[in-house]
Amino acid sequence: MIAVINDRCDFCGACVAVCPVDCIDLYEARLVVNETCIDCMLCVWICPVETLAPLHKIEEASCATITTA
Amino acid sequence: MRDYYDCIVVGGGPGGAWAAKHAAENGANVLLLEKDREVGVPVRCAEAVSAAGLKTVVDPDPRWISAVIEGAVLIAPNGREVVVESETTRGYVLDRKIFDYDLVHLAARRGVEVRTKAYVYDLIKTNGAVEGVRVQHLSQHYDIRAKVVIGADGVESRVGRWAGLRTNIKLKDLESCLQMTLANVNVDPRYIYLYFGETIAPGGYLWVFPKNDQLANVGLGISGEYARHKSAKRYLQEFVDKHFPNAAVLYTVVGGVPCAKTLKKIVADGLMLVGDAAHQVNPMSGAGIVTAMIAGQLAGRVAAQAIKENDVSEKRLLEYPDAWYKAKGKNNERFYNIKKAVYTLTDDDLNATADVVLRLPPEKRTLVNIFKSALVKHPALLIDVVKAFMKS
Repeated sequence: MIAVINDRCDFCGACVAVCPVDCIDLYEARLVVNETCIDCMLCVWICPVETLAPLHKIEEASCATITTA
Repeated sequence: MRDYYDCIVVGGGPGGAWAAKHAAENGANVLLLEKDREVGVPVRCAEAVSAAGLKTVVDPDPRWISAVIEGAVLIAPNGREVVVESETTRGYVLDRKIFDYDLVHLAARRGVEVRTKAYVYDLIKTNGAVEGVRVQHLSQHYDIRAKVVIGADGVESRVGRWAGLRTNIKLKDLESCLQMTLANVNVDPRYIYLYFGETIAPGGYLWVFPKNDQLANVGLGISGEYARHKSAKRYLQEFVDKHFPNAAVLYTVVGGVPCAKTLKKIVADGLMLVGDAAHQVNPMSGAGIVTAMIAGQLAGRVAAQAIKENDVSEKRLLEYPDAWYKAKGKNNERFYNIKKAVYTLTDDDLNATADVVLRLPPEKRTLVNIFKSALVKHPALLIDVVKAFMKS
């Protein structure tokens, strides 16, 4: 499952553009990965500021506010 | 906000503003919807624009311009610098906040109605034809009908997807971009600086665009296929630590730039796409302000005419992609081919290119000649290089 580290996101939409299953919603100041996500990792790779990551990889990040589907 | 308009434009960047303005000038009543609280914010752009290009779409206002650029300095991986000063390298570093504001203002003066904090979350469709948008605005839902919807909703365009157009982009064709506006940098504000190299910005380039002699936009774009191994953030941090260790970071800009050919299909029944949403960017440089405005101008005019004729079918709206292809689309295909070849060059190739170009007399160091030298192993592309720059 891909999660969003909220305070890293700058809401640029690059992840939405590469998502092959249209499962990411971008609002003015909120990014949501929906449960139709197929864990393809494209959004994780394209993000310029490392906002997205598989959940198991960020559980150890200190003081992160995380949003998951 | 009423429940019907001739034309609704989704997105208040330069492409959307220009589409709205030109639809209104040609007789349509137009609503422009922007999801953020303010047009022009957040900036998602490196802010450099060609002077000649900008003048083809709007008369530049001095308030928009942070710096006037006379030339470009291209820097090879080994640090060798090539200075280019010609008509094609004259430009401006803009202040996009003021620029975007004014473009929407110019549209409003033509009678365009504007709403910010207006989040379009779906299209109204009948038998596949687009007939309006569903909007969330200040905690209320609205269904607003229109004869034509123009999606100028950026690289993440979902308007196109809802209409059945594939707006998704391949990882390798999306540039992962990050920029910091840095204070305490010493740069000559008459030039922009472009750094190339596999360890600096693979599949892209790094830029230093001065805003004055103390302040500069320093950023880079790397192809998504390289970003999978190391993020844009890490590449940029390494460069800044090395070149500007005493800089203060005043602003950070993040973005994805679609460096691809224009989407094959940018119109459907009652729908048109403009700007980044349609991948209307120069794929070599990533420049997209002027191209989006040209597309907006064409789309707005065709939309208004189609509305007057009461025929907004895909077939009628095809006049827009045809005009776009002639204006810029064809040239962008050439730039795409050049980009693919340039970004396969190794650091040794790039260093050798700089040496070849530096042996040319200064007046012959044009962008065309630089790309000709760089692509000496790809002779078939040389014609594309000349054609692309003759028309750019």
